[in-house]
Amino acid sequence: MTGGSFGGYVARAAAAGELVVQPRMGVAHPARMRAGLAAVRGAGVRAAGTITVDSFTRVGDHHAVRKALATGADLNGYPIAAHPTETTRSVLDGLHGPGFPVQVRHGSACPQKIVAALLAAGLDATEGGPLSYCLPYSRVPVAESVRAWAESCLLLSDARERGARPHLESFGGCMMGQLCPPGLLVAISVLEGLFFRQHGIDSMSLSYAQQTDPDQDAEAVAALRTLAAEHLSDVDWHVVLYTYMGVFPRTPRGATALLERSAELAVRTGAERLIVKTTAEAHRIPTVTENVTALVTAAAAASRAEPRGAAEDTGVLAEARALVDAVLDLAPDVGIALVRAVERGYLDVPFCLHRDNAGRTRAFVDTDGRLQWSRLGALPLPAGRAVPAADPTADELLRSLTHVERIFDRA
Amino acid sequence: MELDAALPDAARLDIVVSGLASDAHTWNLVYLQLVLEEMGHRVTNLGACVPDGLLTSRCEQAGPDLVVLSSVNGHGFQDARRVIGPLRARLAGTPVVVGGKLGVDGAGGRAEALLAAGFDAVFEDADAIAAFRCYVDRLAAGVRS
Repeated sequence: MTGGSFGGYVARAAAAGELVVQPRMGVAHPARMRAGLAAVRGAGVRAAGTITVDSFTRVGDHHAVRKALATGADLNGYPIAAHPTETTRSVLDGLHGPGFPVQVRHGSACPQKIVAALLAAGLDATEGGPLSYCLPYSRVPVAESVRAWAESCLLLSDARERGARPHLESFGGCMMGQLCPPGLLVAISVLEGLFFRQHGIDSMSLSYAQQTDPDQDAEAVAALRTLAAEHLSDVDWHVVLYTYMGVFPRTPRGATALLERSAELAVRTGAERLIVKTTAEAHRIPTVTENVTALVTAAAAASRAEPRGAAEDTGVLAEARALVDAVLDLAPDVGIALVRAVERGYLDVPFCLHRDNAGRTRAFVDTDGRLQWSRLGALPLPAGRAVPAADPTADELLRSLTHVERIFDRA
Repeated sequence: MELDAALPDAARLDIVVSGLASDAHTWNLVYLQLVLEEMGHRVTNLGACVPDGLLTSRCEQAGPDLVVLSSVNGHGFQDARRVIGPLRARLAGTPVVVGGKLGVDGAGGRAEALLAAGFDAVFEDADAIAAFRCYVDRLAAGVRS
């Protein structure tokens, strides 16, 4: 089984100079889920498979899942905790293996049932994190999410006893999808990696979501690699890049160009894996065919791209380092440090409505198209990191939120 | 954009903005709050992933002039149709509206079923925000004038 590990597959691809591309894909019906995985495996690119879990399962509403399955109502993903283990095994049979690892993506602040279900089905790769799947997506208190993720890490790491090498990806590089400045994204990814390691995970990936400016993004991924090398040298890790997670271009041409820029960013920065978006993103949940097209497009763009030199240092590394160090100073236990950091506003995600989030920071897209802080709240950063600006009106917020969409749809 | 300054206090509505039980998206809620506040109204934003029971109890406590539900994850039709009954049981005469991307297929066309289920208005077209502002303006004029 070791040769079949998720981290090992990505490492072998990286050694061969190939970017691993991966979709977000989940459908309720087992046969259609299997067909989706088969299509990704057969796409002719170096791909990892994905089972995206539906959002009723994500929030623990298993009653709603059963009702939807019984009545044939639509679900927006694969209800892995509701389908019998044998069903999920048959979805994966002959597809999942050393040449095609499958990861479960879910978005749950309390994922123990999801983790137990994926392990029972023979899988060992998933993603999320105690902050990244709590603050933006749930009503669960951070302290409870920290406990749930500690348990989930232990469940996952126990799978080593059966010869697996479980893999966990931090979703920390995507807080709210957009309008979170890169320094905070990098810091949360690294801190969640440290949390995973403390709870027995020794193969992980750290994420970063493409934002508004390619140079700023390249600087951020370099900062992520620097901090990961410093803090996580004793575990297997790689960087996973997410194609833009904010309001997406509506035109096929704009959406494709944005996807291609993300693949180029991955190659430029040495990111080993890319999670793609499709041309359907602005409109609806993509079909399998649209996902396969996106994988092929991204892989082709990556194969044409060249690694490039470092981006200009505008202080992203120093900012991320200051955040990581200040949080780690709060407690020797990373989970406790994360809880305290949120309480004190050391980690304060702009525009995040979660009750535990301090909510005193603000960010915007400046006239050069770069993400900037306008209010630092209690972040342990020098005052000069913020560009003073009035809080946005609805129209200004919409302008920042749609900046990327407008640029790519206009081009 | 001097709307809020111009609005007489009597026409200010107390509005609850909320996501639905299974939907983790919040930008729609942040934006709607700003839109309504700039129109001069008072907003209680319940955030994302609001379970049905919490939504109904918070609405009952708040006694709002309007409840605005927003969903973009594709489960909105199911979540909204399920919660409108309990909401109506607590807030018989309060306008309750829903908007966003309400199904997984992007097809729209769910308004009729949601209106029949008890919603006062459904906003899921491209010009939904303009229509929504008009709706709120009419409500503000009618409710308190």
